[in-house]
Amino acid sequence: MAEALATVARLDGLGMITIRADLSRSGDAIAEAAGLAIPDATRISTDGSRSLGWMSPDELLLILPAQETPDAIAALEQALAAEHALIADVSDARAVFEVIGDHASDVIAKLSPAHLDALPQDGLRRSRAAQTAAAFWRVDGGFRLIGFRSTADYLDLVLQSAACPGSGLAPR
Amino acid sequence: MLILTCPYCGLDAEETELHPGGEAHLKRVGPEGSDEEFEDYMFARKNAKGVHFERWRHAYGCGKWFLAARDTVTLQVYGTYRAQTHAPPQDIVDAIRKVRPDWQPDWSHAE
Amino acid sequence: MTHTPPFRLARGGRLIDRAFQIPFRFDGRYLRGLRGDTLASAMLASGQMLMGRSFKYHRPRGPVASGAEEPNALFGLGQGGRFEPNQRATTTALVPGMILRSQNCWPSLDADIGAVNNWLSPMLPAGFYYKTFIHPRPFWKHLFEPIIRRSAGLGRAPTDPDPDRYEQAYALYDTVVVGGGIAGLTAAREAAEKGGKVLVLEQNPVWGGRTPVDHKAGEATIQALLDDLRGRANVTLRRNTMATGLYDHGYLLAREALADHDPNQGIPRQRLWRIRAGHIVTATGALERPLAFACNDVPGVMLASAVRDFIVDYGVAPGQRIVVVTNNDDAYRTALIAQEARLDVTVLDARDSADGDLPQAARAQNITVLTGSAIAKVTGGRHVESVAVCDQKGEGKHTGTIDCDVVAMSGGWSPIVHLYSHCGGKLLWDEAQAMFRPDPDRPPLGADGRGNVTATGAASGDLRCAGDLERAEGATMPVWCMPANAPYKLRAKMWLDYQNDVKVTDVLLAAREGYASVEHTKRYTTLGMATDQGKVSNINGLAILSDALNQPIPQTGTTTFRPPYTPLTLATIAADARGEAFQPLRKTPLHAWHERHGVSWEPVGQWRRPYCYPRGDEDRHAAVNREILAVRNSVGTLDASTLGKILVKGPDAGKFLDMMYTNMMSSLPVGKCRYGLMCSENGFLMDDGVVARLTEDTWLCHTTTGGADRIHGHMEDWLQCEWWDWQVYTANVTEQYAQIAVAGPKARDLLERLPGSIDLSQQALPFMQWVEGDIAGMPARIYRISFSGELSYEIAVPAGRGLELWERLQEAGRDLGITPYGTEAMHVMRAEKGFIMIGDETDGTIIPQDLGLGWAISKKKSDYIGKRAQSRSHMKDGARWQLVGLESLDDRVIPDGALAVDEGTNPNGQRKTQGRVTSSYHSPTLGRPIAMALVRHGTGRMGQVLEFPLPSGEVLKGRICDPVFYDKEGARLNG
Repeated sequence: MAEALATVARLDGLGMITIRADLSRSGDAIAEAAGLAIPDATRISTDGSRSLGWMSPDELLLILPAQETPDAIAALEQALAAEHALIADVSDARAVFEVIGDHASDVIAKLSPAHLDALPQDGLRRSRAAQTAAAFWRVDGGFRLIGFRSTADYLDLVLQSAACPGSGLAPR
Repeated sequence: MLILTCPYCGLDAEETELHPGGEAHLKRVGPEGSDEEFEDYMFARKNAKGVHFERWRHAYGCGKWFLAARDTVTLQVYGTYRAQTHAPPQDIVDAIRKVRPDWQPDWSHAE
Repeated sequence: MTHTPPFRLARGGRLIDRAFQIPFRFDGRYLRGLRGDTLASAMLASGQMLMGRSFKYHRPRGPVASGAEEPNALFGLGQGGRFEPNQRATTTALVPGMILRSQNCWPSLDADIGAVNNWLSPMLPAGFYYKTFIHPRPFWKHLFEPIIRRSAGLGRAPTDPDPDRYEQAYALYDTVVVGGGIAGLTAAREAAEKGGKVLVLEQNPVWGGRTPVDHKAGEATIQALLDDLRGRANVTLRRNTMATGLYDHGYLLAREALADHDPNQGIPRQRLWRIRAGHIVTATGALERPLAFACNDVPGVMLASAVRDFIVDYGVAPGQRIVVVTNNDDAYRTALIAQEARLDVTVLDARDSADGDLPQAARAQNITVLTGSAIAKVTGGRHVESVAVCDQKGEGKHTGTIDCDVVAMSGGWSPIVHLYSHCGGKLLWDEAQAMFRPDPDRPPLGADGRGNVTATGAASGDLRCAGDLERAEGATMPVWCMPANAPYKLRAKMWLDYQNDVKVTDVLLAAREGYASVEHTKRYTTLGMATDQGKVSNINGLAILSDALNQPIPQTGTTTFRPPYTPLTLATIAADARGEAFQPLRKTPLHAWHERHGVSWEPVGQWRRPYCYPRGDEDRHAAVNREILAVRNSVGTLDASTLGKILVKGPDAGKFLDMMYTNMMSSLPVGKCRYGLMCSENGFLMDDGVVARLTEDTWLCHTTTGGADRIHGHMEDWLQCEWWDWQVYTANVTEQYAQIAVAGPKARDLLERLPGSIDLSQQALPFMQWVEGDIAGMPARIYRISFSGELSYEIAVPAGRGLELWERLQEAGRDLGITPYGTEAMHVMRAEKGFIMIGDETDGTIIPQDLGLGWAISKKKSDYIGKRAQSRSHMKDGARWQLVGLESLDDRVIPDGALAVDEGTNPNGQRKTQGRVTSSYHSPTLGRPIAMALVRHGTGRMGQVLEFPLPSGEVLKGRICDPVFYDKEGARLNG
């Protein structure tokens, strides 16, 4: 039996913070509090343990080790105290997967209409995975994909199924 | 299965990533409006054959609403633009006129 | 003459491997083919020319074509869950152990009783059904419809679930070339040279299309092109992939066969490609047309191209003596190839002269060529035995007879224009070549308004694209009827649509009866409505119709081409959206606990919520009653995690929520909760829930379970598109929290047993307030709100800790008889309290005023979404139905949805109605049925009795009462 196109694994231990603010006004304050540069539209900036993803023109997602979440929220709230902004802990609302392997992009290409060739190394694509909302970006050897907690089992099912051994997208 | 460019992300999103919202540039009629004005706002839709302005939400993306100027017959997209406007911007109007020189804007409350 | 072996030629067959025999079964018989065979070539090689029965007359049918256009050779393939009806023998690769069944015949293909329809055919003209079954009317339902239904449909639907996997994949290319023949490969090379990603799709397992069969050097030419393309990094070549349809903005669907009929590989059987193409090149080739002569449907009458395909590709001789009948030069290729295979050949050419290079070559090979000649009639029942020859210009007077076992006919070629037409590309009639071909000036348009499809090669009408341009070729002479002046008797035996048994006379009849539109004629006669969708018959039928209407073909027009090009199995379209993955199933953080504790689920949108938790022998009703009594008498817990939770924050958040809700939210003090109603701009109630003010500028809005995403989207819509200058941010935090309702007179006792920082006393946390703190070591927000009417707390903790809190509660409340309760207990308890439920008391036409919720509509606000609509005369009409309670007079539960009848009848003779039941339950708390209903003038009619007739004829009676059945003064929830 051939190998799966990629290994699909659920990842625990990540904190996530939604930040809504006027990025042109509050960008510097956010960057300082988050410890990361503000990403350009549809990009994600990262320093290894933390990532800051562009979700919409007035929304960022800070992804960090779970234990750092409370302090990061406090830092952000303090930094944005004088601004109109919304900061929400969404760590528990998400499910995170890693899709790692030589053919990881085949797995994503079976579930999302996103144009993967056009996804830069630091690109973050919000799209759908089969019938549920998802966002994904590149990591070493594949992709990291986030979806909603309630549909984690569904996501796992469709990702595993897309990674079915022998079902690579290369022409036969 | 249309492809529309989200003016916020710059991404070409396909129809399954979008949520349609009907005719664009409607002017809300509140409690002071007459029955006729309210009826027009609530129910009367253009259903244009040709140039049409419509609302779309990048639902499986940045979540923002945007507007599209589109030809319902040829499927040509004249352009997409942000929703925070009462009338199509000039570059959209120009793009339409380039293809349909005789086209006249007919939104009722252009600024 | 008789049809005699050997059928497999001693030499040739470019696609077969004679070293590998492949056994298969056909109607119980064991047959053998070779690796590389299609079902059709393997059957022909076994001497099996009879492959099916026509749909209407059950006439014997053999294969006509060698490809996707085949209308006759259809089989039921496989068994069990893998059984598939209507599989085309000409395009299905032979796989060891395949099991084929013939269709549309009983008891067998050879002895089919339905063939009696053939003798009845003079009584079954076009439009037979319409004419016959219209009167008398009552006969339709009880006699005609059952008979028609039994004989309707070709093939048998599989009964077992399909065990195979299917998948989809997305791809984006700058150029997609459809068709891997010489035109397609050449176009691909051109596109590749210009740069950009290029994809080439070929429906067959082999590349080259007709070129390797039709041209001596064809194989080498194709190979050179393939070698070139394989060396290019920007080109993808994909075989076994059929482009099924082209849609808006270059959206191309294609089906790739990965493991068709060979399920043992463990990989998906088929893959549906959802391709975005910048530009599409259709290089789909052309289809040969049959000729209309008498008895052209006898097995053995085949397209000339198919005859040479079987010889060249599979080394199969469909017969030993072949009559080629043609109106063009191309069919001479068949004559030459047959001659080379040492078969006996005669050519009948309808044209007065045939002096092109190919006819010359045929004569040089001593092939008899009779020009100006036609077939008057084919003789033979199950197989061609001979043809009667006549003058094409005459009426069919026999000038001779030729014994033969195969007739290879060619009526010219029609470009395959399907993809070009699917998305609006227009066709033009090419008089010289007698064909519709794509109009290059009116292609389908892309998003940029420019043409995004180009046709090339034979698909564009360039039938000689494969080369040989130096050879002179004679013109094709349109022949729509053979012989030209055939009398009715002959025309009545000329088949146009083989599968559906539509003959020339059927189309003529339709024309006589006034069917001038080709679309109407198609439906009236069923021409082109068979599984081949008219690939073989459309143009001939159209020409006959035009002739009868005495107008040129382009004026009659052609029928609309619709996807898919060839049938697509539903499983491929569904792909992995089946079984557990049919749609996303949303699970709360407590899902697994519920499952372990015997839950009976209720689907609520995509969520699963516990309906109840039956214990032991309990049925659902008993479990619900037990759960309700436990809450009313002690304490219960409900998983309320699915309720929507939306954060709304900003300097203008209060102003914004005042617009969203009918009541005033800006005045809500921090720390307090308020029940709010949300209406659509049309005035109708669409959602409700408790709003808590968290800080000076932050509110948390609870929505219904099904409403979370919708209401969040609704808020964002107004913020982005109407009040974009208001400073408000929203965030949907529904899934961040597990929310547990703890309800019952012992609720406070229970919660106080858990360690924590929160004072839950009546003084510290009265009804409709919330508080934050720690409980059982978890950060929590506790809302003192109640949907059950009891003392009740809803506790929100991070979702990841929900299970821990739930289990701590069960543990701590064991001696109190703590009882998890489900949605049905919740529904019954809220109805006992007279609380409305969105979706029960509302249906999209109900305004809050109908439900006695006027108290929740602010009189101070100048505006809110829905306010203007609610001032319309219809909304203020005193005759609107109003919410009341109902007491059943005979102790039976009045069914939900039952209508209260009024005096008199409506114009349809039905009883007038004056109300309907919106919620109805047996109340275990009260020991009697309770119901809520919307009734005309309801609130002013207390004590009146309404009648509710049931479908059984019984009439139940209900007395109008106050909708609050339990604890009207609210002492319990305030306790």
